[in-house]
Amino acid sequence: MYRYDEIDHRLVAERVAQFRGQTRRYLAGELSEDEFRPLRLQNGLYIQRHGPMLRIAVPYGTLSSRQLKKLAHIARTYDRGRGHFTTRQNLQFNWVKLAEVPAILAELAEVEMHAIQTSGNCIRNLTADHFAGVADDEIADPRPWVEILRQWASFHPEFAYLPRKFKIAVNAAANDRTVAAVHDIGLHLTRSASGEIGFAVQVGGGLGRTPILGSVIREFLPARDLLGYCEAILRIYNRHGRRDNIYKARIKILVKSLGSAEFARQVEEEWTQIQDGPENPHAAEFARVAAHFTAPPYQLLAARDAQFEARKRDDRGFARWVGRNVRSHRVPGYAIVTLSLKAPGSAPGDISAAQMETVARLADEFSFGELRVAHEQNLILADVRQRDLFALWQEVRTAGLATPTTGLLADIVCCPGGDYCALANAKSIPIAQAIQKRFEDLDYLHDIGPMSLNISGCINACGHHHVGNIGVLGVDKHGEEWYQVSIGGSQGRDAALGEVIGPAFAADEMPVVIERLVGAYLDRRHADELFIDTVRRIGVAPFKARVYATPQQHERKFANA
Amino acid sequence: MLNAVRSSKGAGIIKSGAVIDDAWRLVTVAQGETPETVALPIGPLLVPVPVWRSRRAELIRREYEHGWPLGVWLSAEEGPEAIAADLDDFSVIAVEFSKFTDGRGYSTARLLRTRYGYGGELRAIGDVLRDQLFYLARVGFDAFAVRADRNIDAAMAGLADFSAAYQRAAGPAAGPTRLAA
Repeated sequence: MYRYDEIDHRLVAERVAQFRGQTRRYLAGELSEDEFRPLRLQNGLYIQRHGPMLRIAVPYGTLSSRQLKKLAHIARTYDRGRGHFTTRQNLQFNWVKLAEVPAILAELAEVEMHAIQTSGNCIRNLTADHFAGVADDEIADPRPWVEILRQWASFHPEFAYLPRKFKIAVNAAANDRTVAAVHDIGLHLTRSASGEIGFAVQVGGGLGRTPILGSVIREFLPARDLLGYCEAILRIYNRHGRRDNIYKARIKILVKSLGSAEFARQVEEEWTQIQDGPENPHAAEFARVAAHFTAPPYQLLAARDAQFEARKRDDRGFARWVGRNVRSHRVPGYAIVTLSLKAPGSAPGDISAAQMETVARLADEFSFGELRVAHEQNLILADVRQRDLFALWQEVRTAGLATPTTGLLADIVCCPGGDYCALANAKSIPIAQAIQKRFEDLDYLHDIGPMSLNISGCINACGHHHVGNIGVLGVDKHGEEWYQVSIGGSQGRDAALGEVIGPAFAADEMPVVIERLVGAYLDRRHADELFIDTVRRIGVAPFKARVYATPQQHERKFANA
Repeated sequence: MLNAVRSSKGAGIIKSGAVIDDAWRLVTVAQGETPETVALPIGPLLVPVPVWRSRRAELIRREYEHGWPLGVWLSAEEGPEAIAADLDDFSVIAVEFSKFTDGRGYSTARLLRTRYGYGGELRAIGDVLRDQLFYLARVGFDAFAVRADRNIDAAMAGLADFSAAYQRAAGPAAGPTRLAA
């Protein structure tokens, strides 16, 4: 992974000093609330329901064991011993104190971490495939490019006060795992006919109040032109994006109002004037960054480890975990392991300090001291030998991180919701927990098969409910919490936005609503047909009919009889 | 908006790493006035674009006859295109920040420096505060009319918040940069 050099260290240290001074001046009354707000947001600090929340950047979801140990230490020292991994691969602490934030940032800087630009109207922390470098369907490792983009976007003087927040995701695999289509810029690494590496550039996607999939404005951009082209996009947006209405300020609204063809024309016109400028990294700089992403010292192993195969035969629980939480690696004899943060009864994405320490130790022992954060709010050990999987499984089972439901209905993606977030209209965690409880039976879950369920506590859509196969959105109706349900959303190359099935439900109705949606699917599915494919084949109507057929009270009485 | 700009009149500015007296007067077109009729005080003036457009000959003659240098100021809505053909006529170009969170002026400055080759004084006016000075300098501003209710000497420290940068600067700036070739 990338390691800081002298310039990175210096910039982050100076940022800590700058924010320490700003916090001091704010507390002394020298900075007004309005003047301090954008400064603290660009340092990851929100004021939430219970007090400040600090969002720490995990650049493209990559962490070292040393960094995770530091996060555990911060959780114990400055928080209530917990952290929450987000749908943008970051980590949030919900119980920090404002006056202690500069000290936390200084601790983070010791392990090459920070909270810079994890919030605010600027270029946010970048996201990328959590399987980068190890996936068997990858075209080329995106991480050197994402790191170069990260540096370019960090403290960018021209783009620190944009009309609204700006999110960039980089996909480099045949199967997009980044949901690039719903980002302000989605970059898809690709190769030209002659083998040159470049990017397809998608712009203007987003969720929130106006969900929309991005438009591809350029099919192939040579990789060396990446920064210049992004600069052109950001400049058009900074100059012409709306600033009069916060709900219409994202780039998606500008792209929509101009039309993607006109927007693309303006970007190209801007770009032709800076194309050969010095903003793009020269070859030596690319080489310097790329050298940090060489493969770890893999051993030469057989493609199938006999001992591992035998364990799978003998132990059904292990086999089940392998079937859901372990996937193939591009290097023979190795595997990619998902550590689930979706234990029944837990809040999706939550992790205790003790679990962080365990995961850090396991990363050291089994995966070259590194790990990844998936935007589905799980952790990944990317380089585990097959022969170590059984020993690893026993450890993660003890730590409560072996829930064998990755990619299934119980692998719920969920924002912190009304329990924590000041923006939320409704709670989301209790809904997730109630649904998980209803679908406890692992055999049943496995029979239902792969499907995604995403829950957001408000229209800002941090739970990415628009792209869940089932999406749940908390809404406020006359001071009461209600839940709107959509189906048919998906991520991947064929990303789609879900369709709302009808009137919203009360919280206690939600488990039955999900049960009925699943029931309609099980009745109508063809052999080996996924939930999303059944929805696409038969449409929303049969699901809607099933969900709204009878009032729930009747069925619940019946079910309890 | 215009009040914020007005308040900088007569105050000192930060330039070349020091607080200096400011001889420039800012002309604004108040309600009931027009660009054609607004009074032009004696001395160096920063005029809004509509005044420059409607009274170009008069403004140039003032400079020629009295030796009063001429400047223009761009509102937050106006891009560099508004004056791109006339840059040689100005000793100072000021860019207004109606609110410090409105970032359009950063692009305006960068384009004036890198695309249009403007080499004269580039001044930030309006809601100009200590915590934005470093980025303002990086995009090419070299003069800062800090909001009049703030301590300008204290604000100057903001220019030294960082001693390095990832991006190249659009003007003179200290410290190493990563991406500059």
